[in-house]
Amino acid sequence: MSQLTTTPPGMTSPSPGSVRAARRLPRWTTAAVVAGALAVVLLLGALTHLHVAVSVLLTAVLATVALYALSRAVEGRRAATDRLVTCAVVGAFGLAMLPLVSLVYEVVSRGIARLDGEFFNSSMVGIVGEGGGAYHAIFGTLIITGLTALISVPIGLLTAVYLVEYGTGRLKRAITFLVDVMTGIPSIVAGLFAYALFAIFFGPGVRLGIAGAVALSVLMIPVVVRSAEEVLKLVPNELREASYALGVPKWRTIVKVVLPTAVAGLGTGVTLAVARVIGETAPLLVTVGITNATNLNPFDGRMATLPVFAYYQLTQPGVPPQYAIDRAWTAALVLIAIVMALNLVARLISRFFAPTTGR
Amino acid sequence: MTTTSAPQTRAPRAVRRLGDRLFAGSARGAGIAIVLVLAGVAGFLVVDSIPALVASPQDVPGGEGVAAYIAPLLFGTVLAAAIAVVVATPLGVAIALFLTHYAPRRLSHVLGYVVDLLAAIPSIVYGFWGIFWLAPRLVPFYQWAEEHLGFLPFFAGPASATGRTMLTAGLVLAVMILPIVSAISREVFSQVPTLHREAALALGATRWEMIRLSVLPYGRSGVIGGAMLGLGRALGETLAIALVLSVSAGTVTFNLISSTNPSTIAANIALQFPESSGIDVNTLIASGLALFVVTLAVNVLARAIVNRRADFSGAN
Repeated sequence: MSQLTTTPPGMTSPSPGSVRAARRLPRWTTAAVVAGALAVVLLLGALTHLHVAVSVLLTAVLATVALYALSRAVEGRRAATDRLVTCAVVGAFGLAMLPLVSLVYEVVSRGIARLDGEFFNSSMVGIVGEGGGAYHAIFGTLIITGLTALISVPIGLLTAVYLVEYGTGRLKRAITFLVDVMTGIPSIVAGLFAYALFAIFFGPGVRLGIAGAVALSVLMIPVVVRSAEEVLKLVPNELREASYALGVPKWRTIVKVVLPTAVAGLGTGVTLAVARVIGETAPLLVTVGITNATNLNPFDGRMATLPVFAYYQLTQPGVPPQYAIDRAWTAALVLIAIVMALNLVARLISRFFAPTTGR
Repeated sequence: MTTTSAPQTRAPRAVRRLGDRLFAGSARGAGIAIVLVLAGVAGFLVVDSIPALVASPQDVPGGEGVAAYIAPLLFGTVLAAAIAVVVATPLGVAIALFLTHYAPRRLSHVLGYVVDLLAAIPSIVYGFWGIFWLAPRLVPFYQWAEEHLGFLPFFAGPASATGRTMLTAGLVLAVMILPIVSAISREVFSQVPTLHREAALALGATRWEMIRLSVLPYGRSGVIGGAMLGLGRALGETLAIALVLSVSAGTVTFNLISSTNPSTIAANIALQFPESSGIDVNTLIASGLALFVVTLAVNVLARAIVNRRADFSGAN
């Protein structure tokens, strides 16, 4: 902290006498300046027809500059810099919210048009132009994601148990490192891996639902391990020791004491991991492909999945394109709704199943 | 492998029974399965790339060999990811500062959750958003940039009429990696020892001076690590780029606002793979291997930086 000890000279006020009587702007200054800037921009807008986005941007810039100038005149350079940074930080946060808000608005407003019964009840067999739905794709996504969870959750949880309860030495370090590496595997590479694996058995050009599940598992396992590991570490050692003291074997201690204590966190982690892979498109594009008919057998040929369905509806819409593009947006809307619902479920699990910690 | 059996014999309290051995064995088996999967990923990619690597250059798409095929793609991948990191890092740090030091505490929990939602949105939806919302809105800016900043190689033009340019793709990627950068920055910023902050405030520092003197130095390696993890994610991002970017094969250019752009490795695989067969597939897998190696290097480096800091903070 050498910086701290060297800075006090630079931080003294310009004149020593003014330290206690430092002049401050009243608290309502910020609100007043923003209102003033808004008024000016609105006046300007009335004259020149400014776009909404431009107006907001102009207001923010104008308010920042005005606040800085005012503060500089009254409070001095340092306080003015502080206010400038505050404006910049708040502005950056607002800017970051813009994509989220616009994205949700765009998807909802464009996707709502085809959010009807037919979308959920029919597949794309024999559909040219209007109508059609994503029945086959929704079920394909559910089946493949379910298979993925079936593969990933046992492996992920057991690995986390190994890392926290059993592992020591080189193997533990190696696995921890490799899980980190696995988190960073690009999703398309996971897809290529699964394709290469299944091409050995089924020949080149293979497209299978189970191959997609394997590809997604490569992406899901590290997420499950990471979150489960964090949660298991939080289980207090006193519980384990109390169980051992009663003569309970280690594996029963883990199954009956450690895992039930951590069940809320484990559930949350698994749910979030499912939410992470359910929207993956790239690995399914290369392993599962797309089909217009309903295929619910993951061991037999191509299947449709919601993200890939959305992708092809948008990129190969046919003529006239508008119907397919509408379907693509509705598929995106359904996808977002599923992901958000899973996130909500994860929150609820962690709230309602959390162990009572009060003593 | 020999070292791993030691702890079980050493464990003082547990009696060794069949159940114990089965459970410990399956737990370790799961761990080893992860090692095998990763080895499998690397192994299969290498094995399936070999036919492309040994094929005569004319047979490979592009007709000039695998290296010449991958090089422009690698350039596009790095360029798009670089734009994303340059844009997302300052924004992510600002968000993290806002959530840890500026927003009211009760509000910051909710807002933090909202930022995390950005990470939950599937990449294909970002692609939709990029094409239909972002790209058209950037077209006027591109035209303006071509006119007034055309002397810079980045804005040489001609400006794309659809807005589906390298810069748009980079911005979409920036939005996508923003939650990662800000989440990791947030974590380190919230771990800054209260004493450091109070010491700065006690010396009369304003809030910004306190952040500059105590928070940012403490969190520096976390920010760098977060930015690199974001870079790793941006390098491998597929669908958003495949949808947004309008590409022309083999281009290498720093011009960010035209409609002739180099593709990225991941996007190229997604676009070409469904219609490929034979040696083309092997070539695409070879490019996937290149992507795997690059992201692996970036991620390992990022983890090393983040973990070094974790060790350091543990000592405090």
